[in-house]
Amino acid sequence: MSADPTAVSPAGIDSVPPLRPVPGPSPTAGGSRRFFTLLWVMAVTEFKLTFHGTTLGYAWSLVRPLLMFGVLLAVFTQVFRFGDSVKDYPALLLLNVMLFTLFAEATQRSVTSVVVREQVVRKAQFPRLVIPLSIVLTELLDLALNLVAVFIFIVAYGVDPRWTWLLVPVVVLALLLVTTAVSMIVSALYPRFRDVLLIWTVLSTVLFYGTPVLYPIGVAPERFRHIVQLNPLTPIFEQAQKWVIDPNAPGALGATKGSEWLLAVSFLIFACICAAAWWIFKREAPKIAEEL
Amino acid sequence: MSAPGTGAPVAIEVRGVKKSFTIPRERQTTLKERALHPKTWLRGEVARLEALRGVSFDVARGEFFGVIGRNGGGKSTLLKLLASIYQPDGGSIRVAGRLAPFIELGVGFNPELNAKDNVLLNGVMMGLTRSEARSRFERVVDYAELWDYTDLKLKNYSFGMQVRLGFSMMLQVDADVLLVDEVLAVGDLAFQEKCVASLKEVRDQGTTIVLVTHKMDDVESHCDRAMLIEEGVVDIIGEPEPVAERFIEVILPTKHAGMTGEGPAGISAAWIADHGGRTTQIVPQGEPFSFSASVYARDRVDSLELDVGVLSHPEGVRISGLRVGPGEMPRLSAGEQATVRVDFERGSLEPGEYRLSYELKDGEPDGRLLDRCPEPARLRVTGEDRGGGAVMLPHRVHVDRTEAGVPR
Repeated sequence: MSADPTAVSPAGIDSVPPLRPVPGPSPTAGGSRRFFTLLWVMAVTEFKLTFHGTTLGYAWSLVRPLLMFGVLLAVFTQVFRFGDSVKDYPALLLLNVMLFTLFAEATQRSVTSVVVREQVVRKAQFPRLVIPLSIVLTELLDLALNLVAVFIFIVAYGVDPRWTWLLVPVVVLALLLVTTAVSMIVSALYPRFRDVLLIWTVLSTVLFYGTPVLYPIGVAPERFRHIVQLNPLTPIFEQAQKWVIDPNAPGALGATKGSEWLLAVSFLIFACICAAAWWIFKREAPKIAEEL
Repeated sequence: MSAPGTGAPVAIEVRGVKKSFTIPRERQTTLKERALHPKTWLRGEVARLEALRGVSFDVARGEFFGVIGRNGGGKSTLLKLLASIYQPDGGSIRVAGRLAPFIELGVGFNPELNAKDNVLLNGVMMGLTRSEARSRFERVVDYAELWDYTDLKLKNYSFGMQVRLGFSMMLQVDADVLLVDEVLAVGDLAFQEKCVASLKEVRDQGTTIVLVTHKMDDVESHCDRAMLIEEGVVDIIGEPEPVAERFIEVILPTKHAGMTGEGPAGISAAWIADHGGRTTQIVPQGEPFSFSASVYARDRVDSLELDVGVLSHPEGVRISGLRVGPGEMPRLSAGEQATVRVDFERGSLEPGEYRLSYELKDGEPDGRLLDRCPEPARLRVTGEDRGGGAVMLPHRVHVDRTEAGVPR
């Protein structure tokens, strides 16, 4: 490692650290312990910061999706009377809204995440991947708190607890993977292409309607259904319905109604997004400080 | 390999490092702009600025190493490459042990957080564990003398307070290499002295320090060795004095031009020369020197006035001035040029730094400004005879003995 062995004491008497190449501004450099410590500290800080200075404090993380749930519930049970045809529609809607909130909030906040941390990015060396990951982790903390409220509501509404509720972490994990991948992409691209913020705002809305959040996939007309089923988020929400709300719901596989290839393509798209996320982030991370 | 002049092992090894940037003006930032300029999209950026073009040097362990150069010369880029903020385009950088940077007068604090959260976050970034970072909070605040402000968000700190906290943070993370950018340029004098004392103290314990500065005084008074970076290459590296001399002599432009160039006449060049006629910026105390300005005329000018001021540095106080009036200035017809030289017969300036400013005016009573220097010319007077001021008035000392004795 050292340039000249005579300069460094061979027996290590002097505790001179050896010369090592500097890591450079990479997504992950610096050791895993430091990575996860930093990730945790940043996520907790972020969690504190989000609601700091607001009157309701942490309650906002619950109140916001609840308000949205209330509005959607009113529209789809009172105005359109669509909810009547779905079993335990209010319980399903609440669960879906909470799950989608994780995806929407984390990705939206990730877009500008690198730029708002400009001070840190331009002055300190740390693994850049921590930035979007800390935001996803913050939203996960939010979701964990919110899910407690969701399950209280579900039970109160009259859905019977089932052992499949224990599989919820699987659903959340899958959702987390998609969210992380998309967050990595938008956070890495935004410093270079400021359009990303506008594009993602629109795309996020499209995805809200293009994912079975407001409706179970079974009620959608067939052509529309095929498009929606290519969405990698769709199987996650379908499976959540089956495991949590209604064991007779079709689930991710059943919802394809025999066209299993739809599910396969959706998984392929999911894999592509993950690969693209890693590729883009790894490519952009070293240059991010220069683009600010 | 050990660094030249020392027996200590190498702490920083830089080999052939290159770095270039796209010039922001030319950069395409939105997709639409990219789409409208598909060539740039395919070919990459058009204009590139080469900040570093192959820089190599070693810094020994426990060395106080100065990096000096003009703004835009590449020294800050070098620091950011060492700190892993930028990625080099070529070459290699190796560092022994942990490195703590202090860049652009900060270590990367979050303005929305208070001092305690910032110290925790930053400590973890610099490689401490959470408990280590927490336990160092007291030392950081102690050093920064900010006990009364620990609950305040950093955005409510004054700039000086933020600098203090940042510098203190950098000192407390037990790094093997400290990268310090311009800290001695801000803050009150007492804090600057404290910074220097601390840096020298950790240096004596084996910490390596790289100080980036554009003040040669810093290099001369604190550094063990120094390096001059100019236009992206190492111009000279070695003892602080020769590096500082080189900085003055070569890097600072010896010829200045005027800036406005709109009126009927202007200054195309201005310079200081020693009594041998060589352009210089260093004049020994008491030696004659001259100031020259080349004046050109666009249109016929009958009446000009050249105003030359000697300013103290860094205070910028005009300690002396002279006017070359319309009687002495040449009359120029369109396209003509003339050089006006002012000889300072016997310099009465004391040793130190000075600046010469100059203005070309219309010689009419209203004295319209035609041209002036963009930046005052630098003048350094060397010597030992100090009277404690800027100008030593020409004087002689006489002593008369008298019989009367001691007054009562």
